[in-house]
Amino acid sequence: MSEPKRETMALQNSNDVVLARQKVRQWATELQFSLVDQTKLVTAASELARNTLDHGKGGSMTIEQTGIGGRQGLRLIFEDHGPGIPDIEMALKDGFTTGNGMGLGLGGSKRLVNEFSIESAPGKGTRITVARWK
Amino acid sequence: MSDLAEIIARNEDQIRAEWIRDMSQMVQRADLMSKTELDEQSGELLKALTAGVKSGINIRDAGWTSTRELLEGISASRARQGFSPTEVATFVLSLKQPLFAAIRKEMGKTPDKLFDTVWAATELLDGLALVTTEAYAATREQLILRQQQELMELSTPVVKLWDGILALPIIGTLDSARTQVVMENLLQTVVATNSRFAIIDITGVPTVDTLVAQHLLKTITAARLMGAECIISGVRPQIAQTIVHLGINLEDVMTRANLSDAFALALQMSGRTVVRKAAPSESKGILAGPMNKQEN
Amino acid sequence: MERIPVLRMGSLLLITIQVDMHDKLALQLQDDVTNRIAEWGSKGVLIDISSLEIVDSFIGRMLANIAAMSRVLGAETVVVGMQPAVAITLVELGMSLPGVRTALSVEAGMELLYGAGAGFRTGSDDERAEA
Repeated sequence: MSEPKRETMALQNSNDVVLARQKVRQWATELQFSLVDQTKLVTAASELARNTLDHGKGGSMTIEQTGIGGRQGLRLIFEDHGPGIPDIEMALKDGFTTGNGMGLGLGGSKRLVNEFSIESAPGKGTRITVARWK
Repeated sequence: MSDLAEIIARNEDQIRAEWIRDMSQMVQRADLMSKTELDEQSGELLKALTAGVKSGINIRDAGWTSTRELLEGISASRARQGFSPTEVATFVLSLKQPLFAAIRKEMGKTPDKLFDTVWAATELLDGLALVTTEAYAATREQLILRQQQELMELSTPVVKLWDGILALPIIGTLDSARTQVVMENLLQTVVATNSRFAIIDITGVPTVDTLVAQHLLKTITAARLMGAECIISGVRPQIAQTIVHLGINLEDVMTRANLSDAFALALQMSGRTVVRKAAPSESKGILAGPMNKQEN
Repeated sequence: MERIPVLRMGSLLLITIQVDMHDKLALQLQDDVTNRIAEWGSKGVLIDISSLEIVDSFIGRMLANIAAMSRVLGAETVVVGMQPAVAITLVELGMSLPGVRTALSVEAGMELLYGAGAGFRTGSDDERAEA
């Protein structure tokens, strides 16, 4: 069996966020995710891609297929070399701040996926990995 | 481990031929898998095994990832095809004999080396056999989950009471997975039938705890976002007490004690009244009226 | 840059969102709606999202903003046609869009804004009475 399929794309402007949505949608459709699961994953991707762009000052998204042979799913990795998240626990708390607040939307995205992990520190950029099973 | 890798590489064809022969003797499943398929899979695994052995002895390491995934794939597809767990594990374990034979052929004169290499090989194959068993179990679990899902969908039908009014009688416990299915089903039917009202009847739900209440609230909120209103009916006295005790906030939720009250409410909210017709033909009694005309 | 068309039907503004919007397009729409209400004195805004397969927090906030801004300008907004999968996802995200009126269809939305007598409904009840 060949290497797990994966693809990386840049997130540098708001058009890329739309592209990211479409890419994840494509992959999820190919893997035959249910409509609701697809919607949840694509929406999470949209949130996180926008985050990478707005807060992380641009970065990349990597999609890869996981669990071949076992429980199939999709993994998304969002990376940026931005300012990093000083207080991860706070960022995960709910509460969309309207207007010009942080509104990182991470808590909400966490509920849309099965696996969620963040690696981040001030000055070191951010790496968010999420996965959703079929 | 490079010794082992070399031994396998040098004797690949022979090992493979013996392996397949041994497997066919032990497990006759020509009905499930053709000889060519078996041949192919064995070849692939042997190559992957060689590559893995070159990278190290710990099968949990990165160098073994593609081999593990290959095995997981083979195991999963066999589980789906209907092989038993033993048959699947045998696929890996029956590699031992031909492999050991090759090792002995090459190292027969150096017993210490022979022992070490055989030991390494057996540990390896045992580990890989366990990988297949785990993957097998995982696949069966997936199958069961899917069947459970289908069962859940069947057990919660959505009924149309009137134009624009749906009823969803729920029988049994509401767990997270079931709620998902119920919610999706309900919302899809709301769209398909263009129904502004959905009555969720929980007469048949034994207990309502905080989680169940949360699930119901999510369903109600989702329906509202779409433009439909939910009414909860069938709230038994005990449940009403539990809800208050737990401090669950149902301020924004319409509830009624039974389905008919909920139906009446939905009718009213959709601008309808039920009116008894002034003079149904039977009100004059069966002796009068149109029936008599036949005898004239 | 392309824009989402805002159609005028008397005192009603009708907006049908059919494309996957990028953020700038969404902000442009917010702008356009408020400008048009001011320009035409519209009293109702109907946003049809039946083609939208994804509504994330940004789009959700856009809808909430349009509803709030329109109200300040004296117009009422109704969002119609949200798909089930979208509704389920929004709830999971934690967005319930309070202050945003919703309806199942454009018809239902019109009825909500202009009342049942406006004649948009087909009379299925009448059919039953005649049966």
